[in-house]
This record gives sequence, C-alpha cells and structure tokens, in this order.
Amino acid sequence: MQTTLGTPTVSAVVFFGLIVLLTLAITWWAARRTRSTREFYAAGRRVSPFQNGLALAGDYMSAASFLGIAGLVALRGYDGMIYATGWLVGWPALMFLIAEPLRNLGTFTFADVVAYRLRQVPVRVASATGGILTVLLYTIAQMVGSGNLVMLLFGISYEWAVLCVGVVMLAYVLFGGMIATTWVQIIKAVLLLFGVTVLTVLVLARFDFNPGALYAAVAAKYGQAALEPGGLVTDPVDAISLGLALMFGLLGLPHILMRFYTVRDARAARLSVLYATGFIGYFYLIIPIVGFAAATFVGRDAIRRIDPGGNMAAPLLAEFLGGTAFLGFIAAVAFATILAVVAGLTLAGATALSHDVFVHAIRRGHATEQEQMRVARAATLIFGVAAILLGIVFKGQNVAFMVGLAFAVACSANFPALLLSILWRRFNTAGAVSSIVTGATLSVVLILISPTVWVDLLKNPSPLFPLRNPAIVSMTAAFVVGVVVSLATREPSAEAKFDDERLRTYLGVGAV
Amino acid sequence: MDDSTRRVLESAEFRQLVARRWRVSALASACLFFLYYGYILLVGTNKAVLARRIGGAVTLGIPLGAAVIVGAWILTAAYVVWANRSYDAAVQRLRAHLDR
Repeated sequence: MQTTLGTPTVSAVVFFGLIVLLTLAITWWAARRTRSTREFYAAGRRVSPFQNGLALAGDYMSAASFLGIAGLVALRGYDGMIYATGWLVGWPALMFLIAEPLRNLGTFTFADVVAYRLRQVPVRVASATGGILTVLLYTIAQMVGSGNLVMLLFGISYEWAVLCVGVVMLAYVLFGGMIATTWVQIIKAVLLLFGVTVLTVLVLARFDFNPGALYAAVAAKYGQAALEPGGLVTDPVDAISLGLALMFGLLGLPHILMRFYTVRDARAARLSVLYATGFIGYFYLIIPIVGFAAATFVGRDAIRRIDPGGNMAAPLLAEFLGGTAFLGFIAAVAFATILAVVAGLTLAGATALSHDVFVHAIRRGHATEQEQMRVARAATLIFGVAAILLGIVFKGQNVAFMVGLAFAVACSANFPALLLSILWRRFNTAGAVSSIVTGATLSVVLILISPTVWVDLLKNPSPLFPLRNPAIVSMTAAFVVGVVVSLATREPSAEAKFDDERLRTYLGVGAV
Repeated sequence: MDDSTRRVLESAEFRQLVARRWRVSALASACLFFLYYGYILLVGTNKAVLARRIGGAVTLGIPLGAAVIVGAWILTAAYVVWANRSYDAAVQRLRAHLDR
C-alpha cells in the first residue's frame, strides 16, 4: 500500500502543533505556580489519585510499549503478547511491597526512604548514583528511539528530531517542574488510550466485533503458528530472569517512584496505583489486537519495509483504517508519548542531583529554599542538555538493550536497598551502600558479557555469561550482600531510629 | 519518644496490624507470582498447552495471556479494598491513642 508516512502531511503538522501549543500553554500556567521545591519536585502534593493514576500511566507507557509491542505482535505474533504481560505485572508488586511506606517515609525521592535512619552522605551518594544510572540508561534509549521515530513520522533529520524533543521537554521541566510534567503526562495518557481505543474499535468493526474472526484472518494469512508461542521464550531461566527485571525494575524506577510524592498521603498513593494499573492493563490488553490487525491489513512485508523492527505497524494500520488524517493523529500521539516520558526522566535525574547529592550530601541538609530552587533548575538544564547530546552521540547505535539494562539496574541497585530499609531493623549504612554498589556493578558487567552485548553487538563467538537478562543473579546478589554486610557490622543509631520509622511507615505519623 | 508513642508501638494492636499488613501483602504477592511466573514457565516448558485450539483459530494462550493481566488488576483491587476498609480503620484507632 502507498503511505504518506515520513512526509509532513497537513494533519500530522496540525495535531503535532496543537499538542505542543497546549502543553506549552500549560507549562506557562504551571510556571507561575512553581515557586518552591514542594511545587517543583512534587506539584505541591495536590495531585488527585485519579490524576496521578493517569500521570503514572503516562510516565510509564513509552513509545517502546506503544509502537514496539504493536510491532512485535505484528511481526512475531503471540510472542509479542507474552512480552506485553511482563510490562504490567510490576504494578501489583509495587502496590503490595512499597507504595504506602514509600509515600509515608519520603519527601521527594526514593533515596529519602533509604537514607531515613542511615548515615546521609554515603547512602545519598550511593542511592543517587543508582538512580541516575537507571535514568540515564533509560533516557539514552528514549532519546535515540525518539530521534528515529520522529524522523520516520515527520521526515525531518535525526539531529533535528532529537533537538526538537529535547528543547520542548526541557521547557516543560525547567519552567513548569512537576506541575507541568504531571499535566503533560495526563494529556499524553488520555491521547494514547483514546488513540489505541479508536484503532481497536475500527479494527473490530471490520470483523463484526468478533475478535475470533480477527484471529482466524491472522491464521489464514500467516498460519496457526502466529497464535502460538514461538521462539521468544526458549530458556525458562532466562525468561524468569527477564520477568524479575520487568516486575521489580518498576519498583526501582526513580521517575515512577517520584510521582508518589505528588499526592497527599499513603491512601491516595494506594488509589493512584489502582488507577494506573487499570489504565496500563487496559492498554496492554488491547494493544495485541492492534498488532494482529496490522499484520492482517498492512502485511508483515510492508511493515518491515518501512522499519525492520516493526515500529511503524500501528501508524501504518492507522493510515489504512482512517486515512492520512488519522495517521497524523497517531503520529502526534507517539510524539506526545516520547515527550511525557523524557520529561519525567529528566525531572527525576535532576531531582537526584539537586535534592540528594547537592542538598543532602554536599550541604548536609542545610540550604535555603531559594538556593535549592536555583540548583534544581541548574540540574534540570544539565540533565536536559546531557540527554540531547547523548541522543546525538548514540545515533545509529543499537540501544534497545539499554531499556533492559535500565530495568536490571533498577531492580538490582535501587529496589533491594529500598525494601530492606523499610522492612529490616538491622539494615545499616554499610549494608545499603554495598548492596547498591553490588547490584549496579553486577547488572552492568553481566549485561556487557551476556549474549545481548558480548555476542550480538561486539561479535564475539560465545558469551561469558549465559543469560540475556542478569536480574536473577544481580538482584539476588544485591539482597544477599545487603543482608550479610549488615549482619557483619553494627550501627546502633540506625537500629534506634527504627521504632520512629515504623510509626511513620505504618501509621503515617510525621509524614509530609 | 513520649509515653503514648511507646505504648502504641508496644501495643498488641500495632504489632498485629504490621504483621497482618505483611501477611496480606505476602499472600497477594504469592498469588501474583503464581499467576505470572506460572504463565512464563508454562510458555518455557510446555508450549503445546498454549497452542491448543479452543474454538476456531483461537489458542488457549490468548485468553491465558489476557487472564494474567486481568488477574493482576483484580489482585491490586482486592488489596485496595482490604486496605481501605480494614487497615485504614486500624490506623485511625491507633493514631487516636497518640498525644502528638
């Protein structure tokens, strides 16, 4: 089929312009309300649970999950569906294990919780390093992805695409802080859910609203194998390891955890997760329909011709079903998706730099409000410019593994220390720092010598570490090291403060 | 730490609340693990089950994959119902005993 993909059509430019105008207007409005760190980092803690649920969904559902999973289902059938389930199952775990304690104990970052009763300087520096490493890896993957996508969608050059995404995102965060970021994420979530719903309804309308007929059409064209598990999950241990990274990685993603401080209390945090899980679950439930329909109507060969990775499956389906105007809308939604995620990441990276490293490690908690705001904005600028430069430096590189690596670092460096600090009286500074260092180092090194990088990217004949996903080893090691080192050392002051911490964890006494 | 705080911390009700909170959370997590890792292990070890056709071209794997997502949401909702009703009420009672 003929496609206008890659040429800036009137509808694409109009929808794109509307989204940018609307979000910049909101940023202008938010900027006048952003006077203190409470507003800049946490939107004044006045976000409602429903709004936060949408914003969490907007923060989490990346272009990789919208375009990537639709493409994976289109090209590889049922295997894409297996992958989709993994992206949801972290949310219940987040609820059961850390959502409420996280909200009760912290102020702006997850490092607040880890450092609650431990020695500030070492724990802040270690937690911020784990957090920033996670955010940087995720940001590189998002920026490179965004450059490629915007280039494919609108036909502008890669460098301009990265610069454009970077500058708009930086405007949101720099001027509007968390208030603007929250609304950008809400708008993006609504647009994305609406766009995918319309696509699904248009697809099902062609099959008299009988999904069975869609699957029959897929099987008729590509054989029954398209609806059966194929080659994605072959080694059960590796599959479990990937599952662990996806599930517990969410519990260590700084930009997600940070959103919990935008609501009033632990009860609101709990409700946020319920809404978020509903929106995200609905999304992953219907996105395979989009993928299967793209394979049926557009065809696998046509999808591969535009992008071998399949990322253009959903936009091409949109054009087939709704013409150029609908393609323009879906392209603009994909653009908004990228913006919302990188804005969240930049704010999280900047907060770790300014709140954890500058205020608590360098200034030992003593900095005036004005000074904190200046540093927060400077850190945002540094992080945003770094994101743009990294996006350009990594042009043409295969960075898909970096998302996996970000999740591996998050579940190995950030999550074990966070959970142990909430649960265990004997957990101490030495245990926390060694757990974070072990988790971060091990996950990075094991990925480098895994089949993903050592063989696929560096072209060595055989891997030094057999698994593609290191989480099962690196996360376990981080827990073991954290426990063993804590048991081997004593920190009476940390143990003494645990009662006070429990009162705040479970009853919310003293929570801010 | 004042007396009322110490009394609350040492009270049977507070200890039971914390124990119950982690029991519920462990039970919910166990259900989640069974649901998700059970599904992944099934995919990894016995693909034939998921490839079984259950009507037309539809394979058992399709409703099972959807069930993992729906089941995960139901678990989340069940936890919220428990926490809103039982946990929050206990927190209110305990906080009333505090002087501060």
